Amino acid sequence: MFLRSLSGAAIFIASVVGANAADISGAGATFPFPLYAKWAETYKKDTGNGLNYQAIGSGGGIKAIQAKTVTFGASDIPQTAEIQAKSGLVQWPMVMGGIVAVVNIDGVKSGDLVIDGQTLADIYLGKITSWDDAALKKLNPDAKLPSAPIKVVHRADGSGTSFNFTNYLDKVSPEWHDKVGASQSPEWPIGVGAKGNDGVSGTVGQTKGAIGYVEYAYAKQQKLIYTDMVNKDGKKVEPTVAAFQSAASNAKWSEANGYYEVLTDEPGAESWPLTAATFILMYKEPVDKAASAEALKFFDWAFASGGKIAEDLDYIPMPAAVVTQIKATWASQIKTK
Amino acid sequence: MADVTLNAATGKSLSIEEQRLSAINSFRFADRTFHNITFAAALFVLILLGSIIVSLIVGALPAIEKFGFGFLYSERWSVNKEIFGALSPIYGTVMTSLIAMLIAVPVSLGIAIFLTELCPMPLRRPIGIAIELLAGIPSIIYGIWGFFTLTPIFGQTLLTASLILAIMVLPFVTAISRDVFLTVPQVLREAAFGVGCMTWEVARSIVLPYTRVGVVGGVMLGLGRALGETMAVTFVIGNAHTIAGSIFEPATTISATIANEFQESDGIYRAALLELGLLLFVITFIVLAVARIMLLRLERKAGA
Amino acid sequence: MRSYQARRLTDQIMRGLCWASALFGLLWLALILITLFWNGFAGLNLNVFTQDTPGPNTDGGGLRNAIVGSLIMTGLGVGIGTPIGILAGTYMAEYGRYSRITFYIRFVNDILLSAPSIVIGLFIYAALITEGVEHRIVGYSAIAGALALAVIVIPVVVRTTEDMLLLVPNSLREAASAMGLPRSHVVMKVAYKAARAGLITGVLLGVARASGETAPLLFTVQSNQFFSLDLTQQMANLPVVINNFAGKGYANWQQLAWTGALIITLAVLTLSITARSLTAQRKQQ
Repeated sequence: MFLRSLSGAAIFIASVVGANAADISGAGATFPFPLYAKWAETYKKDTGNGLNYQAIGSGGGIKAIQAKTVTFGASDIPQTAEIQAKSGLVQWPMVMGGIVAVVNIDGVKSGDLVIDGQTLADIYLGKITSWDDAALKKLNPDAKLPSAPIKVVHRADGSGTSFNFTNYLDKVSPEWHDKVGASQSPEWPIGVGAKGNDGVSGTVGQTKGAIGYVEYAYAKQQKLIYTDMVNKDGKKVEPTVAAFQSAASNAKWSEANGYYEVLTDEPGAESWPLTAATFILMYKEPVDKAASAEALKFFDWAFASGGKIAEDLDYIPMPAAVVTQIKATWASQIKTK
Repeated sequence: MADVTLNAATGKSLSIEEQRLSAINSFRFADRTFHNITFAAALFVLILLGSIIVSLIVGALPAIEKFGFGFLYSERWSVNKEIFGALSPIYGTVMTSLIAMLIAVPVSLGIAIFLTELCPMPLRRPIGIAIELLAGIPSIIYGIWGFFTLTPIFGQTLLTASLILAIMVLPFVTAISRDVFLTVPQVLREAAFGVGCMTWEVARSIVLPYTRVGVVGGVMLGLGRALGETMAVTFVIGNAHTIAGSIFEPATTISATIANEFQESDGIYRAALLELGLLLFVITFIVLAVARIMLLRLERKAGA
Repeated sequence: MRSYQARRLTDQIMRGLCWASALFGLLWLALILITLFWNGFAGLNLNVFTQDTPGPNTDGGGLRNAIVGSLIMTGLGVGIGTPIGILAGTYMAEYGRYSRITFYIRFVNDILLSAPSIVIGLFIYAALITEGVEHRIVGYSAIAGALALAVIVIPVVVRTTEDMLLLVPNSLREAASAMGLPRSHVVMKVAYKAARAGLITGVLLGVARASGETAPLLFTVQSNQFFSLDLTQQMANLPVVINNFAGKGYANWQQLAWTGALIITLAVLTLSITARSLTAQRKQQ
């Protein structure tokens, strides 16, 4: 009791002393982090308000918003409508992007290699252990694959990127489905765990013979070597905005209950198999209404003016019709007054 | 100070005795209060330890209830199915610390012997000071150095983490060993030299046996440090919840697991991590308690 | 008895090994410091102190918010922990010097001194921040971080205070008592003054220890991308920023991580050297 009143007094004094710009706090996915960071910088220049976004992984973001330590949570793992209702959260997709497999092999450049879902699953299961394995040679008859061991890198933290990645593997590999399944924190059979998309890219960049999976912006920004993939239609695709767009066009946002959509392994000749949307979670009845109102202003700004920035970083902005739908959801569901 | 030369009520002048008594009385409350405040502060230290243990137990209770003793020897760590077992973090913690000590202790003792017996006199103080300063370098420095310099060569494995720990523990154990070696009375050394012993024989037969308990205490302090080390290890260990057969594979330790997974945990997951924290605290507590007892015995012997 | 030759050989081999260990050990440490200084200095410029932490891959940026945050939290932590530590050490050296309870307190204090700092962070989290919002006293915040650092500082200050006060000769205390000073004044006006350098050493060592700790701050305050002076909110700080920036593939972040590491190391070394020179001065007196 004494401790509480003492700390209460201290906190009062502290908050009076503390300077306080209208800083919005959020935490979660590293998938969109390069974009959110860019948006935050521009937003601060435009309006003077800052966004404090802790990129701790989708799992961390969900926990943070559940624990109400932040104004919004960011996660690439869509929550079902039931879970949203139960926890009093509202979810909406903010932007979409693609996940690529990155490798670190001498003499191999981006786009030299092609990989398919089954092979990827086998690598992550530990069944394919060397770069010159027959399966890889079959997909890449012309490439110079060394007989070096494959060093598997995956996420150590609860990750939406992992969720979408394993979701894809789950769809294309029955063995993966049996042994591991789709999850934000799967029980990886082998490999080194790194924190965050940037941790994976950092580790792959440093380890010869490594393979990992990261959001495309990370591969581009850190000049990692990414591979092409074979999609559901059996066609080889490169990770381009067009390919992500093609996969994303399959999403039925208007029908999705609570915007629950997973975009992996979508049909379409041009579609990129590892496309994903990333979501924002906020409370219907937030604890701090003013902060929530500020946050919604930021997202509104991002939808209106952030599209170019997103495309520059190879993310796909949400289609205009979906944005209208989302704004209607805000108005009807989130109480900021 | 209040005027104590006049009686407040009657205005008559006080005798020297009465003045003195009055002065002492006016101090009494403040004096007692000071005594009580210091006692309270001292008790606070005990309360602090108690609170740490209690809060860890309370936090870990859900996991303790759910997993019981199985927690200690189960390897399975599944976030989805909420089944947790501490075996691989425990294994990693113990193995990295053991290997680190295996590497660091001989080298530390070698350096300590060097500093006390072999080093040229003008260099002794600077090198000794350098070692002590290095013992104070924050562990995150070792961590990022290891990440940038060692992992490209050795990969993120159990062995790399052990190497970093060894380098970290080195100054620590060296400083303690050197201090302990210096407590050996010079007469004993001189007597040994006098009967014809060579330097190494003096070290082996006089210094080490005399300081045995203290050295072991110092080693155990170093071990306690290695067991609890977080930042030096998280960058280089690879975060794999598996017990691989070899030390050239990624692994995890208790503190690395907690540091990496805490933020996104909740419910049973968090309780499991807190239980790991409790385990770590218990393990280090035991090691440190034994170390302190040993060092106490040496201090007593040296007449401190 | 072995032959003289055999003994000499063993002696030379072992001495050689001792020299080798010294060189080996010092080599690694020198390597670390050289790498640290080399990489850290490369990024050391005025921006580091005038600009805040940048987003990934953004040009420029510095560590201003982290440096200020570390100063604030370390200052607060030391400010809270030092009085408690000095008072506790005072009790142990002055009032309870021979009592049984002091023995236990000293023992417990030594355990706390060497306990893994991650446990301290977990403790503050469990006590203040907690899972359930209803029980929460404060969220991730600078004040929670400062409290965690205070818990780190207390055992250091207790230990040095007790050691330094024990060094003050009793004759000083007896003389003061004989002149009629009450006990508290003997302590405050005589013992503290005599041990002043040592007490300051303890505080400096506490500051050095607190400024390098990462794990406690990870669970209590995390960090903040922007500059903030609000104690009830997250505040940037050097150790966590280094932790977040290293190991991620962005070149500017990695550079800032090295520079931040250099700043911390220089601060810790300066504090330690100052502390040592104070005690050295004392010994010469």
